Amino acid sequence: MTNSDKAAGLSLANLTVAFTFFAVAIVLGVFQVAERAGLLSGMLDTPEMYFASVSTHGVLMAYVLTTFCVMGFGYYTATTGLKQALWNKKLAWIGFWVCLTGVLMAAFPLLTGQASVLFTFYPPLQAHPLFYIGATLLVAGSWFWCLQMIMMTLTWKKNNPGEAVPLVQFGNTANAIMWLWTSLGVAAEMLFQLIPWSLGLLETIDVGLARVFFSWTLHAIVYFWLFPAYIAMYTLLPKAAGGKLFSDEMGRVSFVMLLVISVPIGMHHLYMDPQVGAGWKFLHMLGTMAVMMPTLLTGFTVIASLEIAGRLRGGKGLFGWIAALDWKNPLVLASILALLMLTFGGFGGAINASYAMNSMVHNTQWVTGHFHLIFAGTVVILYFGTAYHLWPQLTGRELASAGMVRLQLWLWFIGMLVLTLPWHYLGILGQPRRVSSTPYDTELVAAWGPYEIAMVIGGLILLLSTLMLVLNLLRKGATSSNTEVEYAEPVHPVMSIPKLLNGFAFWNVVILVYMISSYGYPIAQFFMMDTYGTIPWGI
Amino acid sequence: MHVDATEKKWLYISIAMTAFIIGLLAFHAIGNNMHPPSNVEPINSDRLHVEGEFMEDNLGVKEMPDGSVEVRMVAARYGFYPQEIEVPAETPVKFRIASADVLHGFHVPYTNLATMVVPGYVSEVNTELPAAGVGTHPMLCNEYCGLGHDHMWSKITIVPARGGQ
Repeated sequence: MTNSDKAAGLSLANLTVAFTFFAVAIVLGVFQVAERAGLLSGMLDTPEMYFASVSTHGVLMAYVLTTFCVMGFGYYTATTGLKQALWNKKLAWIGFWVCLTGVLMAAFPLLTGQASVLFTFYPPLQAHPLFYIGATLLVAGSWFWCLQMIMMTLTWKKNNPGEAVPLVQFGNTANAIMWLWTSLGVAAEMLFQLIPWSLGLLETIDVGLARVFFSWTLHAIVYFWLFPAYIAMYTLLPKAAGGKLFSDEMGRVSFVMLLVISVPIGMHHLYMDPQVGAGWKFLHMLGTMAVMMPTLLTGFTVIASLEIAGRLRGGKGLFGWIAALDWKNPLVLASILALLMLTFGGFGGAINASYAMNSMVHNTQWVTGHFHLIFAGTVVILYFGTAYHLWPQLTGRELASAGMVRLQLWLWFIGMLVLTLPWHYLGILGQPRRVSSTPYDTELVAAWGPYEIAMVIGGLILLLSTLMLVLNLLRKGATSSNTEVEYAEPVHPVMSIPKLLNGFAFWNVVILVYMISSYGYPIAQFFMMDTYGTIPWGI
Repeated sequence: MHVDATEKKWLYISIAMTAFIIGLLAFHAIGNNMHPPSNVEPINSDRLHVEGEFMEDNLGVKEMPDGSVEVRMVAARYGFYPQEIEVPAETPVKFRIASADVLHGFHVPYTNLATMVVPGYVSEVNTELPAAGVGTHPMLCNEYCGLGHDHMWSKITIVPARGGQ
């Protein structure tokens, strides 16, 4: 295959956009921790600056970094995994430009303080229409990627009847289908509510309905971000570690479970909301807990694959294989650190998802700690690890300094722990999230001080790590002789595969039924009772 | 299809762990009748001050004939009104809160006295405050509600239960 068939240029363009905006968002993040800890003064120490910054930081990290990383990773692993050119390269590029146009449109109101509504943009605070339209374009552009993934798989299946779709592409396709289902919620909120309302075509908005629509997207979107990280751990990591994948089939089972369970459970974000009945919240809690299953399975399969590699490298005894792992390989190191953060973060997540316990930590700094640990920790460090892993093939040049790469990953891990563990504790101590300062006249505030200093130190470590990331990706090493992406072989080759683990038609029907049962009434209720809309409010 | 024996065991362990956690949560929710605030009750947020239970005179703490207490509050940028309330410990308390403008969050740290306050809907929280909490505590807004959000907080004083021990 030529580099053009592999879509290396397209993939590189997506990843470059992702990491460029990521670096901008990190600088904003460091400003925010300093401002919040009360270390700044004058013009920088205002709520206007802080909330404009938090809104931009959130949008760039959660929507821009992720969408472009998912697309860049997906295009390159689809072509190299299937050994098949893109289905329609022109459309893929159009998708890229639609996304980028959306980001630039939204940047204008964000940077001028006209969209300081945070990355969740809950009404009735109203942003400039360009913000909503730009964000919608970013989502619409990502649908071009979804279409590409699905069509590539269908084409491959047609050319290879009866054969198992390579695991890497099975995962990409699961993510594409999941994202289509997931993004419908926020698309409905944008098209039927926020955009017409921000243009003045609607006078009022039903805030309760808007929050239900947003919850539809809000949980599974994190799996959209997480999917490439999991796919890399299943299909690239075992080979990079010098071993084999423990089980190809269980990878498929995990991907299917993530696809089916993650969308219809979003209302655990609404436990504290008055406009949803308790029974519905309870139902969504059940699914939320069930979604632990694919993560537990993934943890097992990935760690078992690492153990195989460790033992092949001469590791002995119950734990000796851990020391024998290739800790110098960026993908191996990133995966180990990611799994550690996933373990900590997973515990925190189970507490958030607990039907009653959530009320103690809801909207406290605990939540910020949780999602930074899981997303900025587990997911983003695997974005780094995967980028390092694929960079030589994508650019034709080796990474300039392996030592700098390792140090960057370690610093990211340490910085993330120093930032997020104190945040968890601050949440238990009652500190709310989403404040620019804590002017409360109460003893409570005194207890928060030391942890705020810790978060500033964490932020600075992360800034240093980011600078190193940029340098590591920009610096050119020796010409790379390694031009092929190598995917992991399973211990037991897949001889035959049940249809259910090789396609998604049946699972789409399951999701449809599950979605109707879990979101049907909670949405319909707003049209069955007399509700009162809310007028727009500025910040 | 091939599933390793060890992985099968782990699958069963995972199912058992998940079922255990779900069982625990269900037992707590149903057994203790503990549910998050979920009353699904629309209200016209534009007219709070001119009609109904959230008019100014109706706000505050009221003792009910059965000995329980009801608290009515309005959340509006930037405070919870009335801004200081006094509630007895170890007494069933029902909070009813409505927003006069945007989305707010309501939380008394260290307690489960928390709810989102969504314009257009009444939030209702039922709880009992512990005797160990006697004293004055902040009620914080914990959802971003505008540039003055940092300053949105009021005070709750927990006093010993009537006829107190």
